Amino acid sequence: MPPFLAAIALVLFCQLLGEALARASTLPLPGPVLGAVLLFALIVWRGGPGEALRSFADGLLRHLSLLFVPAGVGLIQHLDRLAAEWLAVGVALVGSTILTLLVTGGVFTLVARWQERRRGHG
Amino acid sequence: MNLWVYLATTPLFWLTATILAFLVAGWVHEKVGRPPWANPVALSILLLMGVLFATRTPYPTYFAGAQFVHFMLGPATVCLAVPFWTHRHDVRAMALPLLAAILAGVVTAISSAVGLAWWLGADRLTVASIVPKSVTAPVAMGIAEQIGGLPSLTAALVLGTGILGAMIGPGVLRLAGLRDPRAMGTAMGCASHGIATAAAFQIDPKAGTYGGIAMALSGLLTAVLVSLAVLVLG
Repeated sequence: MPPFLAAIALVLFCQLLGEALARASTLPLPGPVLGAVLLFALIVWRGGPGEALRSFADGLLRHLSLLFVPAGVGLIQHLDRLAAEWLAVGVALVGSTILTLLVTGGVFTLVARWQERRRGHG
Repeated sequence: MNLWVYLATTPLFWLTATILAFLVAGWVHEKVGRPPWANPVALSILLLMGVLFATRTPYPTYFAGAQFVHFMLGPATVCLAVPFWTHRHDVRAMALPLLAAILAGVVTAISSAVGLAWWLGADRLTVASIVPKSVTAPVAMGIAEQIGGLPSLTAALVLGTGILGAMIGPGVLRLAGLRDPRAMGTAMGCASHGIATAAAFQIDPKAGTYGGIAMALSGLLTAVLVSLAVLVLG
């Protein structure tokens, strides 16, 4: 089988299996997320992704931003909602983004320092 | 005129328009010197919305063509496993700070967004759509669908959060004295996914790498936490 087609088939198969597991399980996880976990397990098991899978993933993720456009245009259906709720939505986005940046960066720094100090003494 | 009537209803036309709009937006972004506010995704969306308005094309007609691009979000999410494997040594060495930071970040992102939106009187659908606003779009839209939000509204909120994090992230973190590139990258990837991760790469390659790791882990963790919350709260 041509390696490039095999790589595409592998990614689609992982997603398909992920979707099936998502339907079957009690945890309502998105199918593609389970698919990513499956693919990761497979890569670990095979000791590496291989050239074809690496280049397929690379190409797809390099153009990831294009893939958001069709759904983003769907905003056209929600303009009334945003016109009515722009203040709540705007404050929630700005406030939550600033808080999340500070909490994440702060916790990382504190735990990294603690870990380095412990390793330094050990 | 008949030709236009024919073309405007074919999926091929809107698929081509989507890719062309993205190329034009990328070109404009380059021309004005790559500022964060001229984000190519936001520009393409505005451009296409303008075309839909001008031609009075309903969104479902547009989506019949654009769905071929949209479909690739699923496989792209699966492919996130590859860069995660590439960075596995970094992940293992810094597993503790990464996991602690991302757990704290994910809980903060969800609770503060929901809390603020609720407090300011947003309606239930909007609140449900804002829950996954900090995680990468394909995962966020999957989560929105499962908790009864509006995936297309979520896509717009995710985009807004990404652009915001890319714009203000470096400044906010430096102001708070957080200058370690690993901490900056983790914070930007966790708060504002791929768009801020791209901005983190411009600060420092290490920051960008940690941004990518944080984005993958926070997407997974948000999906798991929200699923658990759905199970517990019904």
